[in-house]
Amino acid sequence: MTFDWTAVFDALPELLQGLEVTMLIALAGLAGGVVVGAITGALLTYGGWLAQVPAQLYVALIRGTPITVQVMFIYFALPILIDVRISAASAGILTLIINSGAYNAEIVRGALESVPAGLREAGLAMGLSFRKVLVHVISPIAVRRALPAMGNQLVSVVKDTSIFLVIGVGELTRRGQEIMSGNFRAVEIWTAVAVIYLIVISILAVSLRFVERAARLP
Amino acid sequence: MSMVEFSKVSKQFGSHRVLKSIDLAIDPGEVAVVIGPSGSGKSTMLRCINVLERVSEGTLLVDGISVLGTSRDVRRIRLEAGMVFQQFNLFPHLTALQNVMFGPIRARGKSKAEARDIAAALLQKVGLGERMDHYPSQLSGGQQQRVAIARSLAVGPKLMLFDEPTSALDPELRQEVLKVMQTLALEGMTMVVVTHEMGFAKRVGSRLLFMDGGQLVHDGKPADLLSDPPSERFADFLKHID
Repeated sequence: MTFDWTAVFDALPELLQGLEVTMLIALAGLAGGVVVGAITGALLTYGGWLAQVPAQLYVALIRGTPITVQVMFIYFALPILIDVRISAASAGILTLIINSGAYNAEIVRGALESVPAGLREAGLAMGLSFRKVLVHVISPIAVRRALPAMGNQLVSVVKDTSIFLVIGVGELTRRGQEIMSGNFRAVEIWTAVAVIYLIVISILAVSLRFVERAARLP
Repeated sequence: MSMVEFSKVSKQFGSHRVLKSIDLAIDPGEVAVVIGPSGSGKSTMLRCINVLERVSEGTLLVDGISVLGTSRDVRRIRLEAGMVFQQFNLFPHLTALQNVMFGPIRARGKSKAEARDIAAALLQKVGLGERMDHYPSQLSGGQQQRVAIARSLAVGPKLMLFDEPTSALDPELRQEVLKVMQTLALEGMTMVVVTHEMGFAKRVGSRLLFMDGGQLVHDGKPADLLSDPPSERFADFLKHID
């Protein structure tokens, strides 16, 4: 076969539109997932059992089920159960927040637990409240320790957006599938889609490396 | 009024009694050196003073405030009782100067400019005026411990607690830390020092406390106790740490 470049060029505007949707969902999911993960991680590490048990159940539930099932549940089952109807894109964002939040929570817990107890004692021994110690002593160190694992998780979130084609979100993969079913140029279209993901994720990975380096302690 | 007053204080970890009915009063200006074999409860006793450990029984007053009081009382005690740890525990993400500024800003609510003045003066005092912008990892152990002492002093305590401050240091680095502590003692700071440095105890200590098995066994002037050990147990201990 010959690689038909015109098929790629013709598809490009639509694929880039799809990329825009992908990035919007991913960024919203990332931001929300980091917040949910930080809070849940702190509860897992320092909460009493009243906070820990629900947090553990949440993490177990999300890690124990596929993200595809999660988004199907949120998009199709929730409207029946509690009569809330949300758009496919919102369902995608919500799924990402809930899903990546659970994975981030475990990363955050690991990072918080890795901070030497002596630093916490040093903060407390000066007369600071635990909340201040958490904010000014433990967190700055924990964040640095969480960065590499968090970076992995962020990359996953971008790729996980492709799953939302199952609920009809017009993201990059879905656009590729639609174009392909019109012109049957499977090789060209899936190559183009793959390359676009690769470029975006490489940029993300390199930026994360920079952040890590900038935050590194001497 | 005593700066620190233990009355029948016991501390239990599970079923293990680490402190057994300690009675002890330390007056302002005293330099109490606490010695004893490992596991004798000396670190626990020290940590009870600024409430890093909760006492199980008895009463313990620090500057007149009960360690069993509200969390506000506990914070007030900790503002009065600075702590220096064996492992320094400097904040690794902050420079020496920022480490020392931390307490004045976060614990005392001082402005950045005020905190900087306090911190710079204290670092100067412990001989690290040239190293203010170094991170802990860029300093030797002895330098880190001197920064840690400055960090505690910056909060403005009335009492300083030292938990084996030289045990993690090479012998040649110990002297620079001990010298700083001696200066503090000469200035009249009330100090409780858990250590194995008998030279320091003799030179600087106004009082020597020997602990064994969770009890305060001997309490007296360092020179008296060291020249004429009152018990075989104590004499034996002294032989082993030299």
